[in-house]
Amino acid sequence: MSAAAGDTKGANDMLSKCKANSGRAAVDQDAAGLDTRVNLAGVELKNPVMTASGTFGSGEEYSEFVDLNCLGAVVTKGVANVPWPGNPVPRIAETFGGMMNAIGLQNPGIEVFCKRDIPFLKQFGTKIIVNVCGKTAEDYIEVVERLAEEPVDLLEINISCPNVKEGGIAFGQNPHSAEQITREVKKYAKQPVIMKLSPNVTDIAEMAKAVESGGADVVSLINTLTGMKIDIHRQAFAVANKTGGVSGPAIRPIAVRMVYQAAHAVEIPIIGMGGITCAEDALEFILAGASAVSIGTANFYNPMATVETVRGIEEYMRQHKVRHIQELVGIVT
Amino acid sequence: MSCKRKESAVIISQERIGRDIYSMWLQTEEIGSLAVPGQFISMYTGDESKLLPRPISLCEINREKRQLRVVYRVTGKGTGTEHFSRQQPGALLGILGPLGNGFPLEAGAGKRVCLIGGGIGVPPMLELAKQLDAEKQLVMGYRDELFLTEELRANGELYIATEDGSAGTKGTVMDAIGENELAPEVIYACGPAPMLRAVKQYAEDQKILCYVSMEERMACGIGACLACVCQSEEIDGHSQVRNKRVCKDGPVFLSTEVEI
Repeated sequence: MSAAAGDTKGANDMLSKCKANSGRAAVDQDAAGLDTRVNLAGVELKNPVMTASGTFGSGEEYSEFVDLNCLGAVVTKGVANVPWPGNPVPRIAETFGGMMNAIGLQNPGIEVFCKRDIPFLKQFGTKIIVNVCGKTAEDYIEVVERLAEEPVDLLEINISCPNVKEGGIAFGQNPHSAEQITREVKKYAKQPVIMKLSPNVTDIAEMAKAVESGGADVVSLINTLTGMKIDIHRQAFAVANKTGGVSGPAIRPIAVRMVYQAAHAVEIPIIGMGGITCAEDALEFILAGASAVSIGTANFYNPMATVETVRGIEEYMRQHKVRHIQELVGIVT
Repeated sequence: MSCKRKESAVIISQERIGRDIYSMWLQTEEIGSLAVPGQFISMYTGDESKLLPRPISLCEINREKRQLRVVYRVTGKGTGTEHFSRQQPGALLGILGPLGNGFPLEAGAGKRVCLIGGGIGVPPMLELAKQLDAEKQLVMGYRDELFLTEELRANGELYIATEDGSAGTKGTVMDAIGENELAPEVIYACGPAPMLRAVKQYAEDQKILCYVSMEERMACGIGACLACVCQSEEIDGHSQVRNKRVCKDGPVFLSTEVEI
């Protein structure tokens, strides 16, 4: 663009301001004696706030708005063994208090991802969690093996995308299949494995137990709820895929309930997500039993939602005289 | 490298300029001093029940005063755009921007240029016409009711097409180009997909350099969510498939880069 020179200067100003802010935040944290650190399968996160896969790319676009150094982890958009083109448009529709998407896991494939996205994230002091998608067990394993020597902290295995026919969800709605794929992935994974669960099941506790039995180190939930919206003016489906995954504040009570049920079913740590927009929302999940939380759709409503949630959790800890964030996990029983 | 930001803008004026067309001037903190023609902003309703920001093209830019004008269509009862239309001067409006790449001015500078707008694709052509130093023919297509015509006429030779024939050429912008025997060297176009498809076809048949501004439903507006893709002729470097992001790689593309 013709305005490039001026733009670069502005962005650098913003970046240095953000770095200064993050420095101050760290000092505040020490002075107040707050400990927001979270341990997920031996990986220490500086705080429990991470991004939800598919809403944050690999962080590059949002790095213009938030200092990625302030986040516990960045969870990347799902990546497969080869590039996927995704679904036809329209891919999204707004729903009351949320949205519906059927992107279809468009991704550039693991090779480009390793050359471009991982080195980008490596510049920041945040943990890297790579979301892995596939159509068959072999697809998942190929990606997991390719990531073995990469500087990636955790793997999140997506067995719950409702928008691709043969992918993920085939494993995510049956406890036996979920346990099998977890066991397969664990054989090849060099990093701890998070299994991401679908809410489109009858018994979420059973699914959580199944992946725990398969050897999962962490479980994350919930992925989107399958929905449908019809455009009455065009008399057609609102998204080309006919159905899509519903996310956003409207689904939050369902997500909190499922996190609570999963927390009471398994011993492994839980990453809770589903409609979190701010610290108050995040704290519901933590009190229900989540060790960490992911912010997804709210990034579209407020690009600063992640860092604002980090600050808000610290503020809550100060007000409630909580020294360690772990003291809050699952205390509402 | 761009410099996008989220701000609280102040509404300076709000005016209804057509049956369902509104014009709003915004006082921004920074965005107005950074924007270029063909870019857009995302406007927030501030209401979580209408979660997603609405991408709206920039109609005028006053860089010195950091002011932006948006001309938008209210798309129905209870919509985000209806919410915007009810806001009074002095009210705050959350905006994100400037977004997208914008029109390359240098491509048309000093040439015989056609600016083609259709429907709610007309507004971005006003700032482009103001900034472009060229022999400008402005071809604007409307369903029936005209808007922005006086301001456009002050910035170029104006040709109008209306579907109902109530003004100018009866028919499409392509009919107006034919009837007036316009022979541009460069084209800039913004409008509905059928119009862009026809313009692309014409430009490629006539070997005319042509830029089209595309539209698609968006969520993030900054290139992360991959909702607003369009099909590219070649494999795209970022996506590694034949998809380009309208919000970040566009909204302006060379007509030969994309399938419409």
